[in-house]
Amino acid sequence: MSRGTVRIALLALAPLLVASVIGAAARPASEAQSDLAALKAKYRRPASVPHPPDNAPTEARVRLGRSLFFDPRLSGSGVMSCGTCHNPGLSWTDGLERGVGHGMKTLARRTPTILNVAWAEALFWDGRADTLEEQALGPISSGDEMNMPLEVLVPRLRAIGEYAALFEAAYPGEGVTEQTIAKAIASFERTVVSERAPFDAWIEGDESAIDAEAKAGFVLFNEKARCASCHSGWRFTDDSFHDIGVAGEDRGRGAVLKDIEVAQFAFKTPTLRNVDRRAPYMHDGSEKTLEDVIALYDLGGRARRPSLSAEIVPLELTERESRQLVAFMRTLTSDDAPVAIPSLPR
Amino acid sequence: MTRAAALFALLALLVAAAARAEDHVVSQKDARFAPAELAVRVGDRVVFRNDDDITHNVFSRSEAGPFNVKLQPPGSESPVAFERPGVVDVRCAIHPKMKMRVVVGE
Repeated sequence: MSRGTVRIALLALAPLLVASVIGAAARPASEAQSDLAALKAKYRRPASVPHPPDNAPTEARVRLGRSLFFDPRLSGSGVMSCGTCHNPGLSWTDGLERGVGHGMKTLARRTPTILNVAWAEALFWDGRADTLEEQALGPISSGDEMNMPLEVLVPRLRAIGEYAALFEAAYPGEGVTEQTIAKAIASFERTVVSERAPFDAWIEGDESAIDAEAKAGFVLFNEKARCASCHSGWRFTDDSFHDIGVAGEDRGRGAVLKDIEVAQFAFKTPTLRNVDRRAPYMHDGSEKTLEDVIALYDLGGRARRPSLSAEIVPLELTERESRQLVAFMRTLTSDDAPVAIPSLPR
Repeated sequence: MTRAAALFALLALLVAAAARAEDHVVSQKDARFAPAELAVRVGDRVVFRNDDDITHNVFSRSEAGPFNVKLQPPGSESPVAFERPGVVDVRCAIHPKMKMRVVVGE
């Protein structure tokens, strides 16, 4: 090819190049809209609540589970129920930095909410329980928490006359056992689902449900701030475990997966539903506000260890972007109906 | 001459064994393993490929073939050889919802 032909060829290409540059700079609005629509579709609420095949949540099981959940006789002291720490008035947590257990002992970790745990997998901050049924008995029997040995609990409940009929209706012929106690509590917990928030209305097409700042925050959440690498789906968690750079000696999931580097100092990704009503934050309550949480991620974590997640990198957010992220998170809060505490069996 | 024949026979066996061993690819995409179950033969390798844009860490605690490939950045491939027959339950240490099973046959 002579130099002249090359020049002609380049000239012929020029309009194409210009067109593609213009195209990249200003993508058609319809394309950006369809990207946003695809993103929003990933956050739609599910139509039904899952449950294990051997523990369908019948009305009788939920009723029994609700009584057990709010019954302080499930604790060694007789004054603590599951609902003492998982207080429905405080979005099913306690508002404390770290939980307070038997004998007013301050526990190692913050009380996680039970909102939407029906969908959760690997329960507890360190994921040591595979199922809700397995999880339910943990805090009851823990000496630090409710301090109630299960071999004491079962005869104690059998001695409460009105419980017999509730257990019989829920699990006919099975009686009061560790298994039926766990299954009933899990059945009740599966009914604890956060209600529709302004965000859900927006996802479903109501453009006025959330404001422009929150909408910008949603895009940042999924893109620049990388939050959706873990806080994905309608619950805003994928049930994963990461060391996100919270300082401290607690190895979290590392105690369960001892020989796995990435599990060290890793904790469960919590749901972000109703998150602005559940301060303080992190597994140890070390971040007091949502603004503090964003600051931690913006730094790329406060503690740098070999186990630090590869997803945690400095974000270089502007002040406005940080505000938009918080504005977005506040749209995830639902105005949940009051929860009735039942009259307990005697 | 006998020694050369024996050597040849051994080589032939090794080549045959190498030809029999297969590589199978398991993809990790949208925090799911695909396929969710895989039948292989003793000596085969499974290449765990991270097709996500997040990091994974495939491992197993199963007696038939415990392993830990450690950190897998996006785009990386981690081959694991299965040397014993049995069922190997595979998980991601970061994403417990990721589950698959390798069934190793004789």
